[in-house]
Amino acid sequence: MTTSSIPNLFVEQASPGALLARVSGNWRQQSTLPAVELVREALIKEPSVKSVAFDTTDLTGWDSRFVALISQCIGMARGRDIDVRYDGLPEGVQRLLRLVQAVPEKADAHRIFVRTSFFRRVGERMIQGWEGILGLFTFLGQSLIALANLLRRRAQCRWVDVVEVMQQTGPQALGIVAMINFLVGLILAFVGAVELVRFGASIYVADLVGIATVREMGCIMTGIILCGRTGAAFAAQLGTMKVNEEISALQTFGLSPIEFLVLPRMIAMVLMMPFLCVFADLISIAGGYLVSVSMLDVSSTEYINRTIQAIELKGFLLGIVKGTFFGLLVAYTGCLRGMQSGHTAAAVGQATTRAVVSGISAIIASDGIFAVLCNALRI
Amino acid sequence: MNTEDVKIEIKNLGMAYGPYVVMRDVSARVKRGSIFVIMGESGSGKSTLLRAMIGLQPPAQGDISYGGQSFWGSDEETRNAQVRKFGVLFQSAALWSSMTLAENIDLPLAQYTDWPQADRREVVRLKLALVGLSGFEDYYPAEISGGMRKRAGLARAMALDPEILFFDEPSAGLDPVLSRNLDQLILELRDTLGATIVVVTHELASIFTIADDSMFLDAESRTVRAQGNPSELRDHCPDPKIRTFLTRGEFAMRGTTQ
Repeated sequence: MTTSSIPNLFVEQASPGALLARVSGNWRQQSTLPAVELVREALIKEPSVKSVAFDTTDLTGWDSRFVALISQCIGMARGRDIDVRYDGLPEGVQRLLRLVQAVPEKADAHRIFVRTSFFRRVGERMIQGWEGILGLFTFLGQSLIALANLLRRRAQCRWVDVVEVMQQTGPQALGIVAMINFLVGLILAFVGAVELVRFGASIYVADLVGIATVREMGCIMTGIILCGRTGAAFAAQLGTMKVNEEISALQTFGLSPIEFLVLPRMIAMVLMMPFLCVFADLISIAGGYLVSVSMLDVSSTEYINRTIQAIELKGFLLGIVKGTFFGLLVAYTGCLRGMQSGHTAAAVGQATTRAVVSGISAIIASDGIFAVLCNALRI
Repeated sequence: MNTEDVKIEIKNLGMAYGPYVVMRDVSARVKRGSIFVIMGESGSGKSTLLRAMIGLQPPAQGDISYGGQSFWGSDEETRNAQVRKFGVLFQSAALWSSMTLAENIDLPLAQYTDWPQADRREVVRLKLALVGLSGFEDYYPAEISGGMRKRAGLARAMALDPEILFFDEPSAGLDPVLSRNLDQLILELRDTLGATIVVVTHELASIFTIADDSMFLDAESRTVRAQGNPSELRDHCPDPKIRTFLTRGEFAMRGTTQ
């Protein structure tokens, strides 16, 4: 770099009360530029200054940053009622500066960040929480009304949609449901085998796997898998439809988004879940069977007979009922969060996260309630 | 046109989606520091051509060169270096919704310059002031109106002082006054920054205001039907279709009533 291309800024007093800023060199794409502070200092040092002018005869290149810095100088000078003369600046810079000043800053535009007090924040959180609960029940009410309309054969629900969602939630989920439940069955059998073999009771692995699977693990695992897979998909889809104003478009045609979008998803989920649960139970027991027959001193017939004896019909049905209820919860939370989504890409992401979080929490919490109820009713 | 004055050259470009050919044999030259308008009916492939020009979709045949340097013929690294000299205003502004306006404009500055943060902040303020959005630095795109979003998108497109600016339907969704202001701003940008500007539009008022040169893409023949200054095309083009387009159908109406 030659000396003449180094960006430079000198401030001098041309005549009493008039400052002249000499700008020279190439100001384009440099990493460091002379600080505008020089101008500020000069202005502070000379309180009698009435005008500022620029001399740019030796300026060889400039870009937006130059204009930004000059604009900043002008702002400083204006703040002190000093007259700024543009005529020494390059033609392009003058025009850009005029463009900048064409629209004055809106007085109320600037954001003021006020530190809110602790109590205020607590209060706002409480109100938000309360509104969240209200939203939950409003949605529940809307869904029930939609269901009532469906039963009276007045719902605007297309069965084509139901079948399509059933395809997505059922057959297309078989792979992941099979893999996870097979591994869970395997793990249960392993954990049980380690202890039971010490008592010579390795045949009871069949009881352990069978009962644990049909009563708890089959439906819980399937519920959680579908929450991550389908609940998230519901939330993302409805959220994106909201961003694209597709939901508003439904409303302007007098179509209820709840009946048209939410109802088919809930119906499809409730219809598919029992099948997925039975499938999950069978696969999980097959996992336990594999471990027992291959690693323990248990024959194939023994294991199967023991499993059939161990599993009671009411336990099996309980698992399916729970699974169906979990499916309803997943569809409910997924659709709820999707419908509550904001209108931006980030909001759709948040809606999806919230759908999965509330779906899984709801599954686990309701499973606890089921356990207490079953204990009280001796099921 | 002198070869040194040519900033963009499109050579026998063809675009296709799979077996479906959108356009073929499109050639054009854009002069440095001029405003070039790509016009045409809906579905004639204007936006597809733009996607090829800004590097989003490779052409099925042909090439584009910027300042004499091949764009699609070069490797990805060279292409990325060329793309950095572009500024693109998308039809829906495409602001990043999780960032404030200031952060939207600052992101390319932070990535590609080594300027200190204070200077970047001043540049962000300047760009927003240029599009009439002073004071809206801390707003999120969802909190401002469509017209403001469009202008903020323009501010972001200008962030790195691009040599070439691309506009996809800049006046779509703006009221007539805003749309006229935007045209003035485009002219100012050409004059002050010396940028070469490519605009895809079918807004006649702005075509006649801003265009130095233009080309008309035809959906029927799937190639360029006419090239030249729009006012001259309107008054002197022998092709009735072009004159009909440029007079909002009045030319054709006159033809039938006479």
